[in-house]
Amino acid sequence: MPNAFRRRRRWQSVALGLLAAALATALSAGSSTASTAKASKGSAANAQIVVGLITKTETNPFFVKMKEGARKAAKAGGAKLLTAAGKFDGDNASQVTAIENMVTAGAKGILITPSDTKAIVPAVQKARKAGVIVIALDTATDPASAVDALFATDNYKAGVLIGQYAKAVFGSKPAKIATLDLSPARVTVDVGRHNGFLFGFGNAKATSKAKNFVKDSRVVCSQDSAGDQAKGQTAMENCLQKAPDINLLYTINEPAALGAYTALKSAGKEKQVTIVSVDGGCTGVRGIKAGQITATSQQYPLKMASLGVAAVVKYAKTGVKPHGYTDTGVTLITAKAVKGVPSKGVAFGLANCWG
Amino acid sequence: MNENPVTLAEEAGPLETGPSLVARVFGVSAVGPFVALLLVGAFFALKSDRFLTGSNLSLVLQQTIEVGTLAIGQTLIILTAGIDLSCGAVMAFGSIVMTKLAVDNGVPPILAIALGIVACGGFGLLNGMLVTSIKLPAFIVTLGTLNIAFALTHIYSSEATITGVPGEMTFFGDTFKLGGTAITYATVVMLALFFVVWFVLTQSPVGRHVYALGNNPEAVRLAGVHVRRLLVGVYVTAGLIYGIAAFLLVARTQVGDPAAGQTDNLDSITAVVLGGTSLFGGRGNVIGTLVGAVIVSIIRNGLTLLGVDSIYQVLITGILVILAVTADQLTRRRSR
Repeated sequence: MPNAFRRRRRWQSVALGLLAAALATALSAGSSTASTAKASKGSAANAQIVVGLITKTETNPFFVKMKEGARKAAKAGGAKLLTAAGKFDGDNASQVTAIENMVTAGAKGILITPSDTKAIVPAVQKARKAGVIVIALDTATDPASAVDALFATDNYKAGVLIGQYAKAVFGSKPAKIATLDLSPARVTVDVGRHNGFLFGFGNAKATSKAKNFVKDSRVVCSQDSAGDQAKGQTAMENCLQKAPDINLLYTINEPAALGAYTALKSAGKEKQVTIVSVDGGCTGVRGIKAGQITATSQQYPLKMASLGVAAVVKYAKTGVKPHGYTDTGVTLITAKAVKGVPSKGVAFGLANCWG
Repeated sequence: MNENPVTLAEEAGPLETGPSLVARVFGVSAVGPFVALLLVGAFFALKSDRFLTGSNLSLVLQQTIEVGTLAIGQTLIILTAGIDLSCGAVMAFGSIVMTKLAVDNGVPPILAIALGIVACGGFGLLNGMLVTSIKLPAFIVTLGTLNIAFALTHIYSSEATITGVPGEMTFFGDTFKLGGTAITYATVVMLALFFVVWFVLTQSPVGRHVYALGNNPEAVRLAGVHVRRLLVGVYVTAGLIYGIAAFLLVARTQVGDPAAGQTDNLDSITAVVLGGTSLFGGRGNVIGTLVGAVIVSIIRNGLTLLGVDSIYQVLITGILVILAVTADQLTRRRSR
């Protein structure tokens, strides 16, 4: 028994040593990859402006591009950038934790794409009370006044653009519309794009004021896709079962559109359907080039983040706070331009895409 | 055994005079996690002058509340050689029940909290009954209840976050000053819960039976203990603890969030494993679990202070889990 005990102790110390070594390695690897990270020691660090960026997830190319924009702007403004993200889309707890940690780290301002537009509000208020300015990127908080400012795409306008495009393509031809939306929560992005599309396609009731999807008799199938390619495919398969003669498809984003295209192709119906979408990711623009998606409204995450960082730097230097909503712009991208609807071609789309 | 006589001689010391104080209080398996915690803490203290401050350490504990409290229940179940995949979903359900009752139905806050905790206890009862009566593996049972609780949460809340939670429900998210450092009441509740469960596990016959259940259920039965009742009791207790976690989560975030807790099942298992509790049951310590949960929080907090992407926290946690399980396996094999 004493022997066994000794052995056990020895194994424990070996394991501990390994653990310590691994920690050291992982941590130094971590430190070296964060290009803007410097040990926050001494008075030099105190003088440096600290900006935080919190995204919904780490992996979505949209947020990767956002991070890139923030890095560049932080470098240009001589600021230090802290980044964090939720573990999944909708992970409020991780975002709350990140806000708290960034306030402790001495951030002057925090940029956040809220995963849960309501749930994040108390944490945002706490940070603002501590003297930190908070800017929402891409997604507004609920209420929108919970943050100092919003830098985002006008999602309603993005929807209107593709609706108008589709209207010009269809003319007087009757449309059977399928919509692949986001999720049952019906967040502002989801409702704005959907109703904007319907408005652009001639439904005058679908104003930007509507809080939920506006009814439209031309819509024969609406399914949620979670903005996911595989789920978009399943949703489209189900829609084709319900209404085989669909000829116009709106999707919340391009992954859903590409999933739907796969479903249409295996049903041999890819030629009969015009697909319009929103996002302007590089994969999506390549889908336009390949003829899978007809048109998309491109948005600019890099610009949201770089404007956000610049606003924090300005506040730190001059005390001028950013406020209100700043539209970061949206451009219609298509390979088949139509008369009366301004658009840019695939080359422009690829030059400005993300992912 | 002779290649390292010095170390052996040193280690033989405490054996003759009895185990050291730390070992006696927490069990030998909790020493490793403590050392790991100190190493991690020392590293960040060297790298950032903001790390080792009262307010930051209080914040780290505050950020441990959700997973830490869940991990208490998880520890109980893992000690019996079970596992609970449903804990995070059950907590989310409990938090929606209590906030929705209070906000939408006007139920008095205290009663709403109690009903939310009871709802979580109900899920514990369901888990326990299925594990003992139908003798299904805990993994499968809790995989099922994970989905049931998740779906019920979303159906009941209509996917909407519940705001405007009354002050009585969020009181524990408020702070008091201790030597100039603001500490939330929720932190104190969590620490107290850890202490109570540690005390029961180590100082009472029931606690010893729980350990024995994980080692050799047949022997426990032969010793005259009602094994089924004990096991159901463990699951119900765990469920009630998830209910308390739900309450503390609401206090901390001031909302009822139907999307909460989706990765908490694996995060709580991570805390338990890092704390030195064996996934095979019968061996481990709930104080180790607290240390394990704090290690994860400290890594996240420290890396943010240093400006390192949060994805590295996940990477390091992964490495630590494998090391902790390896250490457990090796000690287990060697001590046979």
